[in-house]
Amino acid sequence: MPARPSLWTTLTAPLLRENPVTLQILGICSALAVTTSLATALTMAASLTVVLTLAAGLISVIRHHIPDTIRLIVQIVIIASLVIVIDQVLQAWFFEISQALSVFVGLITTNCLVLGRTEAYARHNPPLPSMVDALGNALGYSLILVIIGALRELFGKGELMGLAVLPLADQGGWFTPLSLMLLAPSAFFLLGGLVWAIRTLRPEQAETPEHAPMGRGEPAE
Amino acid sequence: MAGPDPLGAWRRFLALPNESRGKTLAVAFAVSAVCAILVSGATVMLRPIQSANRAAEEQARIEALVAGIPGMADLLAQSGGTLGTVVIDLVRGRAASDVTPATLATALADPANWTALDAGQDLAGLGQRPDYAQIYLLRDAGEVSVVLLPISGAGYNGRIDAVLALSGDMNTIAGLSVTRQSETPGLGARIEEAGWLADFPGTRTRDEDGTLRFAVARGTAASVYEVDGITGATRTSNAVTRMVRFWLGPDGYGPLLAAIRRGEF
Repeated sequence: MPARPSLWTTLTAPLLRENPVTLQILGICSALAVTTSLATALTMAASLTVVLTLAAGLISVIRHHIPDTIRLIVQIVIIASLVIVIDQVLQAWFFEISQALSVFVGLITTNCLVLGRTEAYARHNPPLPSMVDALGNALGYSLILVIIGALRELFGKGELMGLAVLPLADQGGWFTPLSLMLLAPSAFFLLGGLVWAIRTLRPEQAETPEHAPMGRGEPAE
Repeated sequence: MAGPDPLGAWRRFLALPNESRGKTLAVAFAVSAVCAILVSGATVMLRPIQSANRAAEEQARIEALVAGIPGMADLLAQSGGTLGTVVIDLVRGRAASDVTPATLATALADPANWTALDAGQDLAGLGQRPDYAQIYLLRDAGEVSVVLLPISGAGYNGRIDAVLALSGDMNTIAGLSVTRQSETPGLGARIEEAGWLADFPGTRTRDEDGTLRFAVARGTAASVYEVDGITGATRTSNAVTRMVRFWLGPDGYGPLLAAIRRGEF
């Protein structure tokens, strides 16, 4: 049996080296949708962290008894139930933020990141490592969300967490907000830039080209 | 073996091969049952807190709406600081005789108190309309000076609820407040923002002939009947237009507004 990596490695690897968003490009739909401000990005990150960690723990506990034929539906049912519970809790105690997140909390169910971790890791590992792995991946996702959310709020509205940081031009300051930053395309640009930056610093993350560019190089056969 | 042995049976069940039909069905059933209990438990236990939140939110928005109407603070101080609450019978266009604000929820639980709307009438995409609605109004020396009308309609992602304030002529908008919406954050959800809602006060709803002209413009408002549109949220803007037109029209508060204008209310 190969030596299991230490819990610390399991927790920290997904933060940067194996970040689920920038390396595996998972969960980007919500990363684009909820990052218009830092507060919503943080709430979404916290919700996903709770859902993913609990789901990984639960699925890991019953992993020896999940029939292979229905394993995906069993995992989705568990994840979806946790998501509904979290959504209800948010609506009860964090009403304003739940209104800002609107439908996106419900969409955690379909976040491939969650199913990806439970299917790939929690189904084969004991509860503790599974939950640590889930927490690490969720924190990696959160990190990206917070970075993009902070950049978009700062340059789109000149604010951070709703507090004015850059003085706005229409209120006598010098900063003209970039409205593009509040639209979905800007999240694509920022995410793309982030992926490019990380892969430049860590060339081992870059994928080998699947297709040779046309008109150059040797013919295949 | 003496007597039933539940623990042993449980162990034998767990030891069954995962792919056997019985275990597959049993696991599916057990997971569904546990999840169902979890979800319904959370929903039922948290519902009172959630409805209290919604009610508080709506109250706060109505107060903010009232506070934002020019001259309202003085009027409120004169009338004792409170708005009158009236349940309106939308079919007859006057105050309901047998339904009070306290019994409104019970009345609306009865499907007989709802009117189905056909496609031609149903501008707001509601499907059906309650026959009773609770409105707020303020009188100044007997004349109605402001009326707050709750309106709702289908938005792009879900239902939009709002409160529309009309000035004493029942034609000029005194303000709009969105109390509930689930539009796209950053685009349609901007209907909630004070910056956009600030465009409503002073907007007219009908021209001299009494034709409903109110609209959310595409781009910048071009007449006194329009407010600026929201870039990138055409469907939400249109939903607001249709919702206001429906509720001010003959199937909404139209008959009531005509009665108030005639001074019969």
